[in-house]
Amino acid sequence: MPSKVSAPASGERRHRRSLAGHIERVLPRLVVAPSLGVALFFVYGYMLWTFLLSLTNSRMLPQYDFVGFAQYARLFANERWHVAATNLVVFGGLFIVSCLVIGLLLAIFLDQRIRQEGALRTIYLYPMALSLIVTGVVWRWLLNPGLGIQAMVRGWGFEDFTFNWLVDSDMAIYTLVIAAVWQASGFVMALFLAGLRSIDDSLFQAAALDGASLPRIYTRIVLPSLRPVVFSSVMILAHIAIKSFDLVMALTGGGPGYATDLPATFMYAHTFTRGQIGLGSASAIMMLCGVLAILVPYLYSELRGQRHG
Amino acid sequence: MKTIHALAAGALLAAAVGQANAAEIEVLHWWTSGGEAKAANLLKEKLETKGHTWKDFAVAGGAGDSAMTVLKSRAISGNPPAVAQIKGPLIKEWGDMGFLGNIDKAAEADGWDDFLPEEIVAADKVDGHYAAVPVNIHRINWIWANPEVLEDSGVDHVPQTWDEFFDAADKIREAGYIPLAHGGQPWQDATVFEVVMMGIGGGDFYRKAFVDLDPEALTSDTMIESLKTFKKLRGTMDENIAGRDWNIATSMVINGKAAMQIMGDWAKGEFTAAGMTPGEDYECVAPPMTENMFSYNTDSLAMFDVDDEGQQQAQLDLASIVLSKDFQVQFNQAKGSIPVRLDVSLDDFDACAKASREAFDVAMDEDALVPSLAHGMAVSDSQQGAVFDVITNFFNDPDMKAETASERLVSAVRAAE
Repeated sequence: MPSKVSAPASGERRHRRSLAGHIERVLPRLVVAPSLGVALFFVYGYMLWTFLLSLTNSRMLPQYDFVGFAQYARLFANERWHVAATNLVVFGGLFIVSCLVIGLLLAIFLDQRIRQEGALRTIYLYPMALSLIVTGVVWRWLLNPGLGIQAMVRGWGFEDFTFNWLVDSDMAIYTLVIAAVWQASGFVMALFLAGLRSIDDSLFQAAALDGASLPRIYTRIVLPSLRPVVFSSVMILAHIAIKSFDLVMALTGGGPGYATDLPATFMYAHTFTRGQIGLGSASAIMMLCGVLAILVPYLYSELRGQRHG
Repeated sequence: MKTIHALAAGALLAAAVGQANAAEIEVLHWWTSGGEAKAANLLKEKLETKGHTWKDFAVAGGAGDSAMTVLKSRAISGNPPAVAQIKGPLIKEWGDMGFLGNIDKAAEADGWDDFLPEEIVAADKVDGHYAAVPVNIHRINWIWANPEVLEDSGVDHVPQTWDEFFDAADKIREAGYIPLAHGGQPWQDATVFEVVMMGIGGGDFYRKAFVDLDPEALTSDTMIESLKTFKKLRGTMDENIAGRDWNIATSMVINGKAAMQIMGDWAKGEFTAAGMTPGEDYECVAPPMTENMFSYNTDSLAMFDVDDEGQQQAQLDLASIVLSKDFQVQFNQAKGSIPVRLDVSLDDFDACAKASREAFDVAMDEDALVPSLAHGMAVSDSQQGAVFDVITNFFNDPDMKAETASERLVSAVRAAE
């Protein structure tokens, strides 16, 4: 019986304690819930919707008569899609590699304790502050054979000088690379510079004491320790490459012909202006697959790293 | 003070009377450039004299592409505007999805069938009922020429056959000018191509190829000859065409850098803005072999299905204003097109507009009146896009053969169905 008397008191105390604990446990979830809900709905919900649409025969407006994977079959039979996909590989590959090489070199040079480093760094980083539309328009003028570089060099007296990549359907894709590298390599430089600064000076000194030459110090010690920076740079550059849209629109408009079409411009044209929502959605899903192909190995290696670390 | 009060009261009363069956209607359009905006404003003012309110919904850019994108998103969210500028076969597509209303009442009251050309009006009807009102007629097959440049090159008239054209182009090039001004955008490439093909193949062939998209016509010898001629035109243009806007190309003719441009009659606005007079400072002539043909591009205002009676009335009023004689004259003078009403006199129009009307009448009699594919009058959006892809790729790829292009046309069109 005495236990019966004491039970409510201790129960209430426990209850009060557990109520506070309960709130403590639930509150963060409650606070995060709306943004999680919004993210779930607007990101994953719409991904799902796009996938559903890619299985339908939707034309001008969404509609739901399912045709299986017919849109994907049409997509891969589409000449223009092949051009867009090939362009993405060419553009993405060259863009990422050039940005990494140029960014790393610039960072190493800037790291040599030179004068006016701050000013130089700002100059190299500045293109990142411009919108891609501005970059595209400026480069369109520079690369226009009748206005820009070609006209200038010819004006100097080199009448045979030719630099008409912008109007040559085989070469136009490289003009996108030039403009995009100009825009993004300064940013990669900043990332590398931060990485270089985080390497302990004593490492340099120790290696120098052991008689290692400067190039050797960089290839053997510095570069390996910059691996995480390379990794994040590749991630950032890869997704810039995959979603490139504004640069293409401003620089080449996808032309000549559709020689510089990228998946993003393909998707926009078919979904929004050509009344082929089904086909456009299929191409959007293929772009998602492209992103996932990069993201999944990255996440996998990150998570594995955590477990070991 | 008293008079002001009286005036105010009078205005209120008038407004109240006007309100009896008046409403606000939202009008989606892409008449945003100089002359067009003026023309749209005219329509707004006229509508407001009937007591209705015009809620402007102008979406600039892309020859209506942006406007169509906005319209689709508004329609999906269940909130389309009451009136929207829609063209060609798209009107029927919207109608088939059940979005459009019926303005037969206005058509009957004003007797539209008596003065509107049947071929053009067909696109404005859904299941035999008027769902849209046509506003104007643009002619696509025009060459805009600078007579001074031609004269300076020793060319005495604008060429009337393609052989003549290429001969003249050589002379113009030798004299140091660009023979043909052009902008390398898909719709401009397609515009030039359809004009070439129309001349070589004639009206019936054009309809088979570009309206019915008949595979036999698309792979015929006529088609291949048209493609070859079109590609040859590339040599008469300058190197910097990539991505150039049409009006920049027009300004090359105006400034005397280039001799000619193939473009629809909206190009006239650029010459007018430069203070030039047709027949004196510039010439408008039909491109080779299309003299008695007419490739048309018509703007229409489609009426969406609305429940509100006031809005329905406003739609009917808007439609009858659009087709009123004085509006047809004023609007089309501002826009460079010709009135869609056949019974409107063109006395106050310039020489090019008069020539356009003459060509229209002849083409109607000779069955050579054709809808422009490049301007969305002939086939659906997706098929138009497929044709654009092939044409522009063929034009820009020096290695592609005309035979390959014609086969690709067939497969691209089939894939876009």
